[in-house]
Amino acid sequence: MLGLSKKDLTFLLIVAVLTLCAPFLLNPFPTDSAMAQFNAGYPDLMQRFVIFGIFAIGFNILFGLTGYLSFGHAAFLGVGSYSAVWMFKLLSMNVLPAILLSMIIAGLFSVLIGFVSLRRSGIYFSILTLAFAQMSFNLAYSVLTPITNGETGLQLTLDDPRVLGQSATPQGGIPVTSLFGIEMRATHELAVGGWTFQFNAGYYLCAIVMILAFYVALRIFRSPFGLMLRAVKSNQNRLNYTGLNPKPYTLAAFVISGVYAGLAGGLLASMDPLAGAERMQWTASGEVVLMTILGGAGTMIGPVLGAGFIKYFENIFSKINDTVLHQWFAFMPDGMEDFFVFLLHPFVGKGWHLTLGILFMLVVTFLPGGLVEGGQRIARLLRRERTDSNDRPDPEHHPRETPHVAE
Amino acid sequence: MTKFDFTRRGVLKTGVATGAGLALPTIFTSQANAFTNEPTGDTVTLGFNVPQTGPYADEGADELRAYELAVEHLNGGGDGGMLNTFSSKVLDGTGILGKKVEFVTGDTQTKSDAARASAKSMIEKDGAIMITGGSSSGVAVAVQGLCQEAGVIFMAGLTHSNDTTGKDKKANGFRHFFDAYMSGAALAPVLAKMYGNDRKAYHLTADYTWGWTQEESIKAATEALGWETVETVKTPLAAGDFSSYIAPVLNSGADVLILNHYGGDMVNSLTNAVQFGLREKQVNGKNFEIVVPLYSRLMAKGAGENVKGIFGSTNWHWSLQDEGSKAFVQSFGQKYGFPPSQAAHTCYVQTLLYADAVQRAGSFAPCAVVEALEGGDSSLPGIDSPANKGFLFDGLGNGQTLYRSADHQCFKDVLVVKGKDNPTSEFDLLEVVEVTPVSQVWYEPDHPMFAGGSLGECNNGA
Repeated sequence: MLGLSKKDLTFLLIVAVLTLCAPFLLNPFPTDSAMAQFNAGYPDLMQRFVIFGIFAIGFNILFGLTGYLSFGHAAFLGVGSYSAVWMFKLLSMNVLPAILLSMIIAGLFSVLIGFVSLRRSGIYFSILTLAFAQMSFNLAYSVLTPITNGETGLQLTLDDPRVLGQSATPQGGIPVTSLFGIEMRATHELAVGGWTFQFNAGYYLCAIVMILAFYVALRIFRSPFGLMLRAVKSNQNRLNYTGLNPKPYTLAAFVISGVYAGLAGGLLASMDPLAGAERMQWTASGEVVLMTILGGAGTMIGPVLGAGFIKYFENIFSKINDTVLHQWFAFMPDGMEDFFVFLLHPFVGKGWHLTLGILFMLVVTFLPGGLVEGGQRIARLLRRERTDSNDRPDPEHHPRETPHVAE
Repeated sequence: MTKFDFTRRGVLKTGVATGAGLALPTIFTSQANAFTNEPTGDTVTLGFNVPQTGPYADEGADELRAYELAVEHLNGGGDGGMLNTFSSKVLDGTGILGKKVEFVTGDTQTKSDAARASAKSMIEKDGAIMITGGSSSGVAVAVQGLCQEAGVIFMAGLTHSNDTTGKDKKANGFRHFFDAYMSGAALAPVLAKMYGNDRKAYHLTADYTWGWTQEESIKAATEALGWETVETVKTPLAAGDFSSYIAPVLNSGADVLILNHYGGDMVNSLTNAVQFGLREKQVNGKNFEIVVPLYSRLMAKGAGENVKGIFGSTNWHWSLQDEGSKAFVQSFGQKYGFPPSQAAHTCYVQTLLYADAVQRAGSFAPCAVVEALEGGDSSLPGIDSPANKGFLFDGLGNGQTLYRSADHQCFKDVLVVKGKDNPTSEFDLLEVVEVTPVSQVWYEPDHPMFAGGSLGECNNGA
């Protein structure tokens, strides 16, 4: 069904169900418990999970399939955000035209950058993309201030023209983004026992878009086109000698992933109508590389997991402060309590970068295939325990067969 | 692509699962609250959103210390600090409206995006009723916009751009800190007295909202003195090395360099300028001078020897001798072992002002708080203006202060300071040259540098 194999379809369905049930899954702890600190099921973070998931899925189409490591992908995300906010300012607060425009503009922009950068490969390609992204960042930051509003970031104001809509609501506020009347910020709260679950319209829009994006990526991975991209990755010279020109393929992959980034940028602006230059900075480009590698480059679900992982640390760990630590260890005697707080202090709050860095190092060292490899190992371990025999005929076979990309 | 076989059971199962997933968000009605995050238990949560990483991390750390101190005092701990000197006496150390004050913290990273994300998580996840903090005007403007939409109160931290209460002002946002226009107005007479009326100025300006308004303000103020502006150059934020921007100053014929930089940038550009020997130079028969419009003790510490004798303005300094300042410095010093910075002061004061407004309003509803902070008809003495209306208070360190209802900006005396020639300790780096009276830094809400925005209506959210 849907042009997918049975295995892939099951996989897609699992992803869809997990995404749609995220408000439950990410809120495992009752609101009043001490562990509520670790709940991630609030609209803003869930939106970020799926939006950066889309961003990473797109990046993975380029990096995972062709092996071209772009260090400037955030530029497309930024361009997408700016286009979307301009659409809100000029046309209407409906998110649909904004998202479409952001995809188109990011696509055009990536044709331009991809055409130039793809003349080189390897490290030179990475540096070219990095240079272009930094150029875009600096343009957005200062030169193009009338369009981008510089460091402050592009925001909606009360005197935006907005052709198809109102400049300001009757109450004198700025209208909110919506999809044909459904406000993106509308949230239903459901209290069950000690738990509070939040269902946000914006999140569900992002989630559905992500499932679509995931589906399209899955189709690309399984298509002859995807196979060709993998051929580029394994040996581009060989491809040249067989008389095939890899350039159109790589450019297509670059543009597709650029459009994905634009889509993510557009969604980001639709959830929160603001676009800042720092979205295009090299740190933002580096982040998506980290997400992909952390989760597992070249796998389908890896980048999404990586995106979730990093955003979780950024938003949850950074908010644990000493007061919270003291609450956790309050049951201990005073000296011990202070000792543990002292011990953990560098790793939480402003130290979230440190924790993330250590985890990243551990993952790269011990699980080169990313979190996905970790999952596979655990699954294999369980399977081995259950059947008590190896299901592979020749465990010492080298080179190892590549894992199924859907896993 | 393999053929996919449907089984009746499979289709039913999938259908039910997806149906339930899709229907979930719509079958439950939202809980009815009077306003966003109405506190229902016996505690109330405030959100402290400060830079903990990035170029302004020092300021952020000091802000956080001040917030913790303020919460302690509001809950009746410590020595009460400025609660004892505050002219409004409704706060009694039992929290706010009898509810114990709790807080959550977040990291703005000095990026609008990250700041909004962390403010959103405080509002959506932790149920914060008020957001405060920040150490950059870009962030302040971004978070203020967010709070307006979400229907919570925003009490700005360290933000000096004219835009925060100018063209980007919002009904739910309030600023205690002074602004670039006030810096210019306070500094100009002192500069005229020290350096004369016939000077040629060269500006280096941080290229973002604060830098632009700072340059505009100080340029207007000095040109009114008769100074000539030779050149204004924008420099990228966090450039690190300013040598290439300093070199052209030498041959420009200018005899004053004005550094519209803040934080690490100011430390670097000032150090570069001193290394180029600008301060020993004679131009047009006069000593070459350097001016830094916005000063802070943390910056003075970073620049070390180089700040000696350099003029600038500041919102507050710990050496002030009024009762409020003394009480604050004492309880801050007791808790942390060193005096507070101006960032710490403004954040502490903002928390107290919010708590006081809620207490007076008798409600946490943002619109009620806005009304209490706009505060009726009291006005500053000696200023004849229809806009001279708002909430008047005293005892928080800057003398008599007015929260002006027209734009939610505080009006108070401004300090002109100078880098101390003979510092006695590592905290004693600035000396107060003049306390410029508020009447001299007063401006009308429709002043061209502030025009173009509108407060809009207060928003209760939910």
